[in-house]
This record gives sequence, C-alpha cells and structure tokens, in this order.
Amino acid sequence: MSLLKSFEQLDYSQALESSTEAQKWLEKHGRRFGQFINGKFDNRKNAELIASNNPSNGELLAHIEVANSSQLDAAVATARKAQPKWQALGGHGRAKVLYALARLLQKHTRLTAVLETLDNGKPIRESRDIDIPLVIRHFYHHAGWAQLQEQEFSSYEPIGVAAQIVPWNFPLLMLAWKIAPAMAMGNTIVFKSAEQTPITAMFFAHLCEQAGVPPGVVNIVNGAGDVGASLAAHKGVDKVAFTGSTAVGRSIRQSTAGQGKKLTLELGGKSAFVVFEDADLDAAVEGLVDSIWFNQGEVCCAGSRLLVQAKVADKLHSKIKKRIQKLRLGLPLDKSTDLGSLVSQTQYQRVDQMVQQGLQQGGELFQAYDGQSEGNYYPPSLITEIDASHPLAQEEIFGPVLVSMTFRTQTEAVALANNSRYGLAASVWSENINRAMDVAPKLKAGVIWINCHNQFDASCGFGGVRESGFGREGGKEGLFEYLKPKFLTPSKSLKPVTAKQQPSSNETIDRTLKFYIGGKQVRPDGGHSIATYKADGSLASLVGSGNRKDIRNAVSAAIKANSWSNQNGHVRAQIIYFLAENLALRESEWIKRLQDLCGITKKEAKTEFNASLSRLFSYAAWSDKYDGAVHNAPYRGVTMALPEAIGVLAQIAPEEKPLLSTISLIAPAIAMGNRVVLIPSQRYAGVALELVQTLETSDIPPGVINIVTGNKSELADQLAGHAEVDGIWCWSDDETVAKVETTSAADLKRLWVHQEGDRDWLDPQQGEGLEFLRNATEVKNIWTPYGD
Amino acid sequence: MKTNKLNTEDSIINKKFAEDDKKVISYPKMEVENYPNGESNIKRNLGVEFQKGKIANISINRSAIERRCANYGVRRSIKKQQQAAWLLKAITLIDLTTLSGDDTEARVRRLCSKAKQPLNPNLKKDLAVESLEISVAAVCVYHDMLNAANKALKDSEVKLAAVSTGFPAGLSPLPLRMQEIEYSVSSGADEIDIVISRRHVLEGNWKALYKEVKDFREKCGTALMKTILATGELGNLSNIAKASQVCMMAGADFIKTSTGKEPVNATLPASLVMARMIRNFYEETGCRIGFKAAGGISDSKTALVYMTMIKEELGRRWLEPDLFRFGASSLLGDIERQLDHFSSGYYSASYRHPLT
Repeated sequence: MSLLKSFEQLDYSQALESSTEAQKWLEKHGRRFGQFINGKFDNRKNAELIASNNPSNGELLAHIEVANSSQLDAAVATARKAQPKWQALGGHGRAKVLYALARLLQKHTRLTAVLETLDNGKPIRESRDIDIPLVIRHFYHHAGWAQLQEQEFSSYEPIGVAAQIVPWNFPLLMLAWKIAPAMAMGNTIVFKSAEQTPITAMFFAHLCEQAGVPPGVVNIVNGAGDVGASLAAHKGVDKVAFTGSTAVGRSIRQSTAGQGKKLTLELGGKSAFVVFEDADLDAAVEGLVDSIWFNQGEVCCAGSRLLVQAKVADKLHSKIKKRIQKLRLGLPLDKSTDLGSLVSQTQYQRVDQMVQQGLQQGGELFQAYDGQSEGNYYPPSLITEIDASHPLAQEEIFGPVLVSMTFRTQTEAVALANNSRYGLAASVWSENINRAMDVAPKLKAGVIWINCHNQFDASCGFGGVRESGFGREGGKEGLFEYLKPKFLTPSKSLKPVTAKQQPSSNETIDRTLKFYIGGKQVRPDGGHSIATYKADGSLASLVGSGNRKDIRNAVSAAIKANSWSNQNGHVRAQIIYFLAENLALRESEWIKRLQDLCGITKKEAKTEFNASLSRLFSYAAWSDKYDGAVHNAPYRGVTMALPEAIGVLAQIAPEEKPLLSTISLIAPAIAMGNRVVLIPSQRYAGVALELVQTLETSDIPPGVINIVTGNKSELADQLAGHAEVDGIWCWSDDETVAKVETTSAADLKRLWVHQEGDRDWLDPQQGEGLEFLRNATEVKNIWTPYGD
Repeated sequence: MKTNKLNTEDSIINKKFAEDDKKVISYPKMEVENYPNGESNIKRNLGVEFQKGKIANISINRSAIERRCANYGVRRSIKKQQQAAWLLKAITLIDLTTLSGDDTEARVRRLCSKAKQPLNPNLKKDLAVESLEISVAAVCVYHDMLNAANKALKDSEVKLAAVSTGFPAGLSPLPLRMQEIEYSVSSGADEIDIVISRRHVLEGNWKALYKEVKDFREKCGTALMKTILATGELGNLSNIAKASQVCMMAGADFIKTSTGKEPVNATLPASLVMARMIRNFYEETGCRIGFKAAGGISDSKTALVYMTMIKEELGRRWLEPDLFRFGASSLLGDIERQLDHFSSGYYSASYRHPLT
C-alpha cells in the first residue's frame, strides 16, 4: 500500500512481535521436553508424546513427554528428600533464591512473553504487559515473605510436599501463583502444567537451574488430566493446590478424601458485572473489555454475567455493541491485537456449541467480527434478551461471550448476582460510594472490584466461595495455604468405657436432654435415644439420636439467623461475655459433672472449667478485633481484605475435654458471625446439651447455635451433603473425615478437618486464637480505585 | 474603584442570568450553515436549548479514564509507513501557534511561511507525496498579529485563528470580550478561540456559562468558534465533562482543552473525557463537534497517542482538520524529523529544518 493510501485510511500497523528468539530457544532444546526432576531433565526415548501447538496456526512448537508413574514417584520422592534442607535454609536463604528467580525472569521478559503467546494464543500485548509483569511481581513479593517468615509466621512450619496443577489460560502466571508462595514458606514442589500449554513451565525449569534453586525443590512433570489426577492422589504429597474447572476440582476433593491433605481449589466462575444507573457507563464498557474480552474470555473470574439496571440497559448495550466492533481480533503476535486465538480447536468448538445450543432456548446474539476468519478466533459476543434461568446465564462459557440481564433495584441486583453456584469474583459499577460499599460485602464472591475488573496483585488474596473453590492465593492470607501449626502431633485415642447397667437413682428427677434448634429444645424426629455413660460406666444420661430431618431443621434454623452475621463485633462480644458470666454461675455443678463424666480430679475439672471461661473471654475479646487488612497493591486505591463469616458452619466436636473443646469450637465461630450446627462429642453428648440452659439465658439469638446429638459419623455425612451448609469443622476418626471430604465435594464446602487428639485443648497456643478465627472466616478482597 | 465597578457589573449580569433561568430559553431557528469556504461537509452546531438534566447526572470515574488512557499507546501500533501517514496527517491538524508577549510581525510572517509549507519539498519528494497539498490547518495568534498574518497567508488554504475574549484568563469586562470577537472577525479571522469563565464552572453556574458561550458564538457569526475550557483549572474530570456538554449545547464548533498558559495544559485523561462528551453529543444531536488539544503536545509520539485516542473513541472521520486540531508550536519540528527519519533511515537534526 502506498503512503498516499495510508494517509487516506489512517490504519494501524500490523506489528508482529518477532518469534525468532523463541523459535531458536525451542530448537536449541530439540523441540522436545521431558520431566524436570531433581534439578535435571529426565528424557525418555520411548515416552508417550503430546504435541504442543501454536493454536493460532496449528504449527508444532514442541513435543512434550508424558510423565509415567515411576517418574511421578521419583518427582515426589525427590521433593520429599529436598524438603527438610530447603526448610532449614531459612527465610533469608529462600528469599535470595526467589529474588534471583524474579531477576532472571525480568531479564527474559520478551522471550517469555513470546513463548506464552505462541503456546496459548493470547495477544502479545497481554502476555507482555499483564501476565509476565505479574509473574515477576509475584516472585519479588514472595521473596519478601520468605525473608519475613520467621518474624511473621513463627508458630507455623511448611506443610511439606505440594502438588500443584494449573490450567492453560495463564500458564506462567498460574505457575508463579503456585510456586512462589509454596517455595517461600519452605515447601517443595511437584508441579504439573496443562498439556495444551507446557512451554513456559519448561522455560521456568531452566531458570531454576540458573537461579540456584536446589535440586528437588521444584520438580515439573507433564501430561494431561490423568497425570494430574495421579499426582493429586499421590500418597507422598501433603498439599494439593489446583486451579481449573469445578468438575476436576470436585474429583480431586473426592480422590484425596481421607488422605489428610490440605487443599486449595481455585475453580470456575460466572462472575457478575453489576452496573447501576449512576455508573460512568463509558468506564463500565471499558471495564467489560478488561473483563470478558481479556484473554479471549478464557478467564476464571471474567465478568461474564452483566447485570445492568433497566433504566440504562439500552444505552449500555448500544455502547457495548459499538465498542466491540472496535476490538481487533487477530494474530496473537500482532501488537495491535485485542483478542487472539482460543487455546485450541476443541475449546473453540466447545464455546461455539454452547452458544449455538444456548441460543435455541432464546436470546439475541450480537457479534462483532473484524479480522481473522479462519483458525480458532472467536469474536467478541454479547447475548441479550435472556433471563437468569437460561443455561448461558448459569454455565461458564470460558470464551469471549457476555450475557446481559437487567435488574430494577439494588436488592434485586444483589439477589441476581448471588443466584449462582459459583462465587469467584464480581464487580460493582456506581459513582455513588454509599451504594458501592453497601453492595460489595453483600456479593457472594471472594474478590470484589469496585469500578474496575480483573485487577490482580501478589499482595492481594484471590480465590472464591461456593463452587468456585476455597483457599486464597496471594497476600498474607494466601501463605497460610502452605503452612501448618508447628504443634500438630499424631493422634491419640481415648480409652473406651465399659457400660454398666445400673438402676436409675431415685435421688434426682429424671432429666431429658433434648436437641437445641432455633432457640428451642426439641425432641428427636426419629424418637430414638442413646445412652451416654460416666467414667465409672454408670449411665450419665439419655440423649436424642438425631437423623436427617433433625439436621434439616437445625440447618434451616441457622439459615434464618442470618442477621447474626451482619451484627457488629461489639454486640457479639457483649453476648459472649454474658455467656461466660452465666456459665461462671454454674461452676460447682460443672466441676462435679466433668469429674463424674471424665473420671478426672476436682483440680483437673476446675482447670478445664476455668479454661473454658477464659476461652469465652478470648473470643469475646476477638469479636471486635479480628479486623482484616488494607493491602499495599501498586495502584491508587485501597484493597481491603475483609474476614467474612463463612455462614452456616457445621462443627463435629472432638471427644476429649468435652466442655472446653465445645466452647473452643462454638465461641470463635459465633464471634466471627457464623451460625453453628454442633454435633457434640458422642461419648459426652450430654455436655453440650447441658450448656443449653446457659445459652438460653445469655441473649444468643435463636438459631445462632443449634445442637443435634447422635451418631457423629452419620450426622457429619448429612451435614456434608447439605447444600446450605457453607463449611464444616470436623474432629473425628479417619473414616468420618474421609466421608465428610468425599460427600462435601458435591458443593465444595470449605473444610477444616482433624483427627481426634490433634491438639491439647488446655494449651491456648493450640486450642484458641488466630488459627480458629482464620478458619471461621473467608477473606474477601475488595478493590476500590479512587480519584476525582 | 476599578474592582468595585467590575463587581457591580458582574452582579448585574448574574442577576440577568438569574432572571433568564426562570424562562425557557429557546434558540432562534437557524438554517443549517456550512463551514466558511464550504470545504467541510459537516452540519454546523447551532446549539440546543440549555437542559440541566443533561449535566446533572454526569460523573466521570478518574481511575477508569486513566486505565483506558494507559492503553492507547500500547494497544495500537503505528509504525513505519503508517506512522509516516499519520504524521503527515498530524501536520494538517496543527494550529501553528504563537502567543507570546514578544510576538512581532516579522515573527508571525516566519510562522506563516512555515504554516504554508510545513514540509521541505525534498522530503516530500523522498516520501513520494508531492501530490499532497500539505499545510497546517491554521495559524493561531493574538488579535494584534492578525493583519500581519492575514497578509502572509494570502492565497493560502491555511486558516487564520485568533485567541479572544480576554485570553488567557477571560477576566476582562464582558462587553470588551464580546467586542474583541467582533474586532478579530472583522480583521479577517476565520476562527476564534474563546476562553470560558472558569468561575462559572467552579461555581456550578452552568446557565451563566451557557449564556456566555452562546453570546460569544453569536458574535463569531460565520467564524468558527473554538471554546477553550482550560481543563487544568476546572478542578476535576466531571467538571470538564459538564463544561464540555454546556459549551456544545451553547453552540461551540470545537471544544479545546487549554490556553497553553495554565499550569497544567492538555492531558490525555481530560481529552478522553471531552472526546466522550463529543461522542454523546453526536449520538444525541447528529452534530459533530471538533476537538482541539492544546499545550504541551510537542512530540510525534504524544501526537500519535492523541490521534489513536480520537480514532478509537470517535472514529476515523474525526481525524480531519474540520474536527480535530493540535494547538502547538514545536510539534511540527519533531514531526519533520520523524518523517526525515522514515525517509532516510537516520535521525535528522532540528537545525536542518526551517524554523517556525
């Protein structure tokens, strides 16, 4: 084209980033990669191969060898072997290694960005300006956490060997999110990249060699989902961190059940993008570009569900339609490209099929198609005229497809936004700070962006609620995913009691210990009772044997008590203090009871009783003091990390120290605003029920604490399967724990599970404090950029 | 005493505006006018009635604006031949400006001769664009320099623009400001760059602003009116947006960022806000309003970012001199050097190009 013609058209240039260096690097490695184990590449001649192609033109980039089971074993074994020394290196030693990795990545930004774009199909502008800078920032930030570990996490230690499995949408960024915090805290790693996008992980392996990462600390294996599944289920792994689809997350939850592994799952989403009439609509349109048309919409937290106030819906839709016609769909390596190629033909077909099938059930599709027509290029799309029940409004599409619905009021907006199985992220668009700050905490999601979307930083936690998974990555909250308390000891079990049939005594009036549900004492639905015994084998009391219906009633009572979660900390503190005050009145009664039941001395009983009072005071104290943080992210704004109550929390209580352990569970839970369904110790079931009179006189609103006794294992399973239960704390035998883990996979509840006897309840270090508060809450990060 | 008098006058004017507020102002129906010289095919803005509702709900999110601004330069590539083409276009968008206390007729003559022939013929030949009639859009001077400029620009396509209405502060007596426009128009100015009373914006006196601009526009007659908002003095982006809207309602042909004399002149965020208001106005009225970025745009790279912003927000049509201008003095020199580089492959020195 002549200059004169260009002068007329004023077009942009096709500015292709050169891939020469990247191709050279691939050539240098023979376009073939094996497993990175113990600091060396393990290549096998007859390995099964997966071809990693450039999705924009189908060209082969490299062949990747699939790890076989002996290589997987070797990777786990070498990680195990390297772990103690890596931990012993200390925070400063590890900080230096992470810092070296950050520096090295910074020296190869261009090459890394090009490799990422070649492998994934994302626009070079995004890999260059977003992915890679965030990767580098993640390593710098976590080098800092390694340095501060001894000061900040002195009572914690690394979990051990972490298995980490990531998806294909942000290959290297997800690697950084996984590897940096795990390494920083002294864990060793077996990492598996996605089979579609293994290249940058291989590049990272080479950097590990140069950065002086000790052999065995980072191991990288390749393969498809089956390799990931074997890795997650591997006996030698202590921790599994997975990012990917909800379906796979669920199967990992199931396959690791009962293995005592700590789990972080960062799964799918259908995040709401809520636009109020008083929003800056042009800003919201650009927000959508950053949100659903970022990375071809292949983003777990993409704002794929637009909810717009009816008054401005037409205006916004028309702006969106105009805007997406300006988006450039084209060659990923072109610097003027806005949307590149979907990751594979399979993904293209999946998106296309979903949209086509969805449209059969209604909806109006608007697509802007500018540029590429062949290959896996899916145009930016807007679907209107659908409602909440439409499959496209509910299911994750994972492509550049936005669905839009309208709402009338703020209340309706919140209801629609929360009408999803997912809860990863959401954004709120309004120029009215009162409205934005009111709505943000009401949205059920782990990350809320106010007047922005898809903002990320190493200093801020990321992760979801509901079926979007659990655990956080980034921020201080993310580090606890790779730490465990130092004191945890192997379990010990109580000696069983032999029951003696004794005639009931005439000295006292026969007492009935009923369930406590919705503030009332109620009889078991099934009409059965079970006997509990004192230490000497004599009958202590008969307690109700709960069933599915009792659980249902208890959970619905807890749901109704939701105003407790919105209550302020001061009020909750007053009530917990009052509970302590009322309990103190019954000191002599309790000491006698504990002596009889547990066969302990008066002094021991007094110690447990006093510890229980002290514990109540502790959590009353914490009620208005456990207050989150403002993260220091590099932008003009505040990111607030708010600890929020989990909601309805089921607690399966441990057997020993019945009074103290019961208080140790319910007090932190209600202090943080949860509503509790407690399944007390089976042997000492009466203890919790004996507390009811005290609870009733202490102004605890009905439904905040509910108690159902019976077979712990069965009731735990019922609770694990109840979709309205948001989280479970469980102290029980391995079998029950495994059952809870398996059953709860259905809706991916947040779990805190333990073997009996994992801690000394009398020791405040073990029996109370931040660990409990952290598990009674989930951190919500609210990003609020400001400026006038 | 002088001050007192002005105050009294102001209060009379304010009282008059307060009375006007009670009436519904309707614009006299005018026929669609074409631009002077008739080379522009766009419908001239005749203004619309003052509508409070159009400005009451305007709220601009600064962070979002800044995030967007950060993208124009890195999301769109203008390289090699495209860059040369865009820079040639940029030349035609320039209001070559001198607004100094030490301006003389000789200085203005030199500026005008550069304006007529901004590109050295050899360079034009090297670029193979001899067929293009390239000149800057206009020369922009103070009133007293109009005669000299008029003579120097005789028989050229270059328009003659005068800053007016008590430029740059806009604080001289209103009758004088009105008269100044008349003077300049009768001295041959094709375009009048007026300044608005910033206090009307800062006091939220939108009706007064509307009236002022409308009156100025009437005085301009067939001359094109560029309305300088002085964005650096308006406090925040929402005020910039509201002022843009009011000026367009009042009949501005162009809205312009700055006088070049404020501590902060043209910025990309302020310009984006103005561009979006222009887009809204166009969507509502079908009237295309021009945009002029002035002050501080002195290199090619910055100019390209502004042009990209305009193309993305308003479209290709706006990248023509009847809808977009750079108010600049040293930009042209940098563009010449960039074009020279495109043609020769090496960077040129500024002394090798004729001075503006």
